[in-house]
Amino acid sequence: MMSNLAVLPIIIPLIAGILLAFIHKKTILARNTAKLLSILNTGVAAYIFYYVYQNGTVTLETGGWEAPYGIVLVADLLAITLVLTTNIIGLACVFYAQHSLAEKKESFYFYSFFFLLITGVSGAFLTGDLFNLFVFFEVLLMASYALITLGGEKVQLRESIKYVLVNLFSSIVFVTTIAFLYSVLGTVNMAQMAERVQEVEQRGILTTIGILLFFVFGTKAALFPLYYWLPKPYTVPNPVISALFAALLTKVGVYSIIRMFTLVFVHQTSLTHDLFIWIAGFTLVFGVIGALSTDNIKLIIAYNIMPAVGFMIMGIGIYNQTAISGSVYYLVHDMIIKAALFLLVGAISYLAGTSDLRKMRGLINQYPLLGWLLFISAFVLAGVPPFSGFIGKLLILQGSFAEGEIIIAIIGLLSSLLILYSLMKIFVRGFWGEKDETIIVNKKAANAFTWPIAFLIFFSVLLGVGAELFYPVVEDISNDLLNPEIYIDSVFKE
Amino acid sequence: MEIIMSVVAGILFAAGIYNILQKQLLRIVIGTVILSNGAHLFIITMGKLKRGAPPVLEYGITEYADPLPQALVLTSIVISFGLTSLLLVLSYRAAQENETDNMEKLRGNHDE
Repeated sequence: MMSNLAVLPIIIPLIAGILLAFIHKKTILARNTAKLLSILNTGVAAYIFYYVYQNGTVTLETGGWEAPYGIVLVADLLAITLVLTTNIIGLACVFYAQHSLAEKKESFYFYSFFFLLITGVSGAFLTGDLFNLFVFFEVLLMASYALITLGGEKVQLRESIKYVLVNLFSSIVFVTTIAFLYSVLGTVNMAQMAERVQEVEQRGILTTIGILLFFVFGTKAALFPLYYWLPKPYTVPNPVISALFAALLTKVGVYSIIRMFTLVFVHQTSLTHDLFIWIAGFTLVFGVIGALSTDNIKLIIAYNIMPAVGFMIMGIGIYNQTAISGSVYYLVHDMIIKAALFLLVGAISYLAGTSDLRKMRGLINQYPLLGWLLFISAFVLAGVPPFSGFIGKLLILQGSFAEGEIIIAIIGLLSSLLILYSLMKIFVRGFWGEKDETIIVNKKAANAFTWPIAFLIFFSVLLGVGAELFYPVVEDISNDLLNPEIYIDSVFKE
Repeated sequence: MEIIMSVVAGILFAAGIYNILQKQLLRIVIGTVILSNGAHLFIITMGKLKRGAPPVLEYGITEYADPLPQALVLTSIVISFGLTSLLLVLSYRAAQENETDNMEKLRGNHDE
């Protein structure tokens, strides 16, 4: 009976999304229902996390069909950790939304789309079937298309066309790749795919398919040659929507890369994983160059998504226990801090009335708390020791030194410096300086914005300060990832 | 048979990509439709086109066509219908708001 737990993080937001579509016009009711359901969902996810940590992977064969024939949902420790993180971010965003969105946008099915996005993301984390992963990708992408155009401004419509087209194209490639895989392996179940790839020791065609899959997920995750679509579309929607996108969408791509290249395509690592290291290096460099190139604070944060993704892929490329622990740690850390940063920048540009750094100064006089939160989160993101970014990066760098990958480690360290610079630029030029008398102080809005942000930054700091507490979980995860048999056995139940 | 189908799918992909790289918004939408048709044809082809009865249980028949790719393709078709209709409405609205359907002019500038 406990195996039914695995479906709850998908079914609760799905029902919530449907329910909220009926009451979308009663804004206050919808708002409170959404908050309540979000808390419930987070609670459930936390319970499942605890259960999985105590008892091992929960596998649900939907419809009672045996493993390779039906769809399986696999709540292993990695998946459920990410689902829990997703829900924590969703919680902060729901409480932020009402202050940031105009009532008209809020009543136009915002909460429905929000919950459908959460459904898609949780489903993508939990599924054990490649075609089902595609379907959940589409669920979350559809919700994201609706959210990115919510409001229908000129810029939004213009940028969202590019966003939709790139994602549509990569989805078509995804379907084609599934067709290839099905013709070679005769299955779309991930565990069975892993078994069969092992039997034929990953012939050349399978490595090709692996790289095709990497192309698909790399497009979703904004890796080096495929990132061009990301920065601008992420700055056009409302801050709360950008925060959801930045925290969740690219990370689903990263998760899929982690899953596929630690479970299925693990027999030609000299080829695939070396490619990852190169791509990670370029992603780091181009991401920070982008972040330094602009004075638009939203764009700075959007470009900062890429170096973070670069770090995670670097950990996968290095492929030893330390580096993979580092990747997982960095993934969880980055989801939380990116959401917090987007919410922060959204609040700053709302309160200052502009997102152009050249037009802001001295905000610390009016909004000290927001300023210090930005200061802390800059340190968290850059990886200054007591905070969570440090531990992830340290583990990845340790791993890379152990494998003798010195150049990539140096690129990683230098890019961290530039990440810190790009964020400190916001702090120094926006918050320092003379008091700007033209700004009308809006204490009420500032307070309302601060709480959800502080909530996320609290988790982020906890993740760093309480690293001793979280490290065993991460170590278990990386142990599972390095031994695919554990996953396969939990699906097929010997 | 598979070879012919693969070539046809390849032609569809080429035509779709050619259309996606055009300037006019509507041609891009048409390109995505052609591309998804290519992908769907490809799924059916990759599921092996060996002869057999339609996958409906009937008495006395032992050879069936593989039902799984057909189910996959059905799902994928519905999804791409949804996406295409969304994309059509989106491009209609975008062309209306920005007063152009030329992708070159939809770049935007820094003054916004």
